[in-house]
Amino acid sequence: MAETTAVDTLAETAKPRNSLWWDAYRRLRRDKVAVVSLYIIMIYCVLALLAKFGLIFPDYALPNQGAQYGDASWMHPFGYDLFGRDILARAVHGIATAMSVGVVASAISLVIGMTLGALAGYFGGTTDALIVWLYTTVDSVPYILLIPSLSFVMGRGLTTVFVAVGLTSWVTLCRLVRAEFLKHKEKEYVVAAFGLGASHTRRIFTHILPNVTHIAFVQFGLGFVSAIKFEVILSYLGLGVESSVPSWGIMIEDAALEISRPFFGNLLAGTIFMFGLILSFNLFNDALREALDPKLKNR
Amino acid sequence: MIPILFGITLLTFCLFNVFGGDPALRFAGRHATPEVIETLRAELGLNRSLPEQYLFFVKQIVTFDYGRSWATKQTIATMIGDGVGASLCLTIPVEIFSIFFCIGLALLAVYYRARFFDKATMVVCLGLLSISSLVYIIVMQYLLAYKFGIFPISGWDPDWIARWQFLLLPWLILFILNLGPSILIYRSVITDELFQDYVRTARAKGVRQDKVFTKHILKNALIPIITVIVIELPFVITGTFLVEHFFSIPGLGGLLIKAFQDSDFPVIKAMTVIVSILYMGLNLVADILYAAVDPRVKLS
Repeated sequence: MAETTAVDTLAETAKPRNSLWWDAYRRLRRDKVAVVSLYIIMIYCVLALLAKFGLIFPDYALPNQGAQYGDASWMHPFGYDLFGRDILARAVHGIATAMSVGVVASAISLVIGMTLGALAGYFGGTTDALIVWLYTTVDSVPYILLIPSLSFVMGRGLTTVFVAVGLTSWVTLCRLVRAEFLKHKEKEYVVAAFGLGASHTRRIFTHILPNVTHIAFVQFGLGFVSAIKFEVILSYLGLGVESSVPSWGIMIEDAALEISRPFFGNLLAGTIFMFGLILSFNLFNDALREALDPKLKNR
Repeated sequence: MIPILFGITLLTFCLFNVFGGDPALRFAGRHATPEVIETLRAELGLNRSLPEQYLFFVKQIVTFDYGRSWATKQTIATMIGDGVGASLCLTIPVEIFSIFFCIGLALLAVYYRARFFDKATMVVCLGLLSISSLVYIIVMQYLLAYKFGIFPISGWDPDWIARWQFLLLPWLILFILNLGPSILIYRSVITDELFQDYVRTARAKGVRQDKVFTKHILKNALIPIITVIVIELPFVITGTFLVEHFFSIPGLGGLLIKAFQDSDFPVIKAMTVIVSILYMGLNLVADILYAAVDPRVKLS
């Protein structure tokens, strides 16, 4: 009897791994919506990889697989497009395009935002003034104008979408990271690290940075979603990816002309595939934000 | 203020004059002879040094003389002057209505926090957000105007009063586009206030629950709400460009889309600068509004 209690107390004291991440993980795991969303995102990833390596729908680019605007069937639920290409195959390959747009664009903005935010908050002074000036300027040009203008200047293509969205969407993250660094650099643990002789680089990267990465995670999700949605708008303006690339944006753009035929294949496929991915991402991101927010912990 | 203004002009200038490649080449097209391009460069002022070009650009902004559009040969100032009225007709009624509607709904959602109404609102909003705005426009125009003929497909009346019939469907679409993001943002802003000390105090002294919401929380949430509204305001000026384009409304947004499609360099450049400066002005207005709603904020 006494033994079990001792073991229990031992287990009890050994159990709590109370880091922010561990805590967030436990809360996320309890959240059914978040778990389901994560599974859906994983399915999308697997499909994108399979399509990319040619294991499924290898013939997505070949014309005349069926009749022009051919009818839907069980194997081809969205029918065939103007060139007789299977729309389902193109939509599945569109996952890879969308994912790459989302990941690369938000990765670019993540790197810029984190670096500038860290430098500004940590060093202060002239560096801070310059960086604040830079992001206030970029922020003053509404991104709805800045992104198309940038793509216009760079010319159409996948790289353009990456760069245009990435270069313009780092401001929020930069602002948040700067504020966190301002707060953290005065804290005891950083001062202690300084006392022990840690260099600037070491204090920025090994000491403060781990304490602000949760912001980056949430911002990454938001950036991912908005990049994918912007790809559609850019495609419509003729500033997105080349029309031969399988992309939901191009499909929805085509749908604008095809709807009065009436032909809904491209519209349905593009919208449904995008809806699934973005909704799961939004839901997961929302749960992640709540899980990582220390203020919401005990509510 | 001045540094930001300088930043905006510098950014646009770099974007279009430095990194943008040679505009004369774009304008002249692929088959132009070197002489034609040379004359064009002289005409567009591109043979001058970059600082000179920059000063010329600043002069254009100050005098509001942006030259002529390449596509329509109109002066850009008149094009923009003509477009403003149409754009505002489209956006202002929707914006005002949706501010009140969305704040109301967000208050209700927070009131029923974590209960069914709140969760349902959240899911519906996130769902609305997960569809491209292009799809709403295409589908609603097709169904409501083309298929069932409830609204005119597109069109415009120069008369301010008579144009309402062409605006009904665009208003509806804009309103729906606004719902998702607005409600979510207002909801999170209001939730932030919910756990402040003054709310507990108000409850403790026996203020009725609905009064706590309408009097205490709403008033304190006004500051972040104003911020949100100002952030959304550039859309009031341009953001409706897809809607304007689809319904052939002769506003600034439609103008901009046409400019992108025609590679109409000077129009894009002028629009970018003007809207940015306007946006900056709006931010200033927001700062003044903060001081008006919150006596603790002092204008420095």
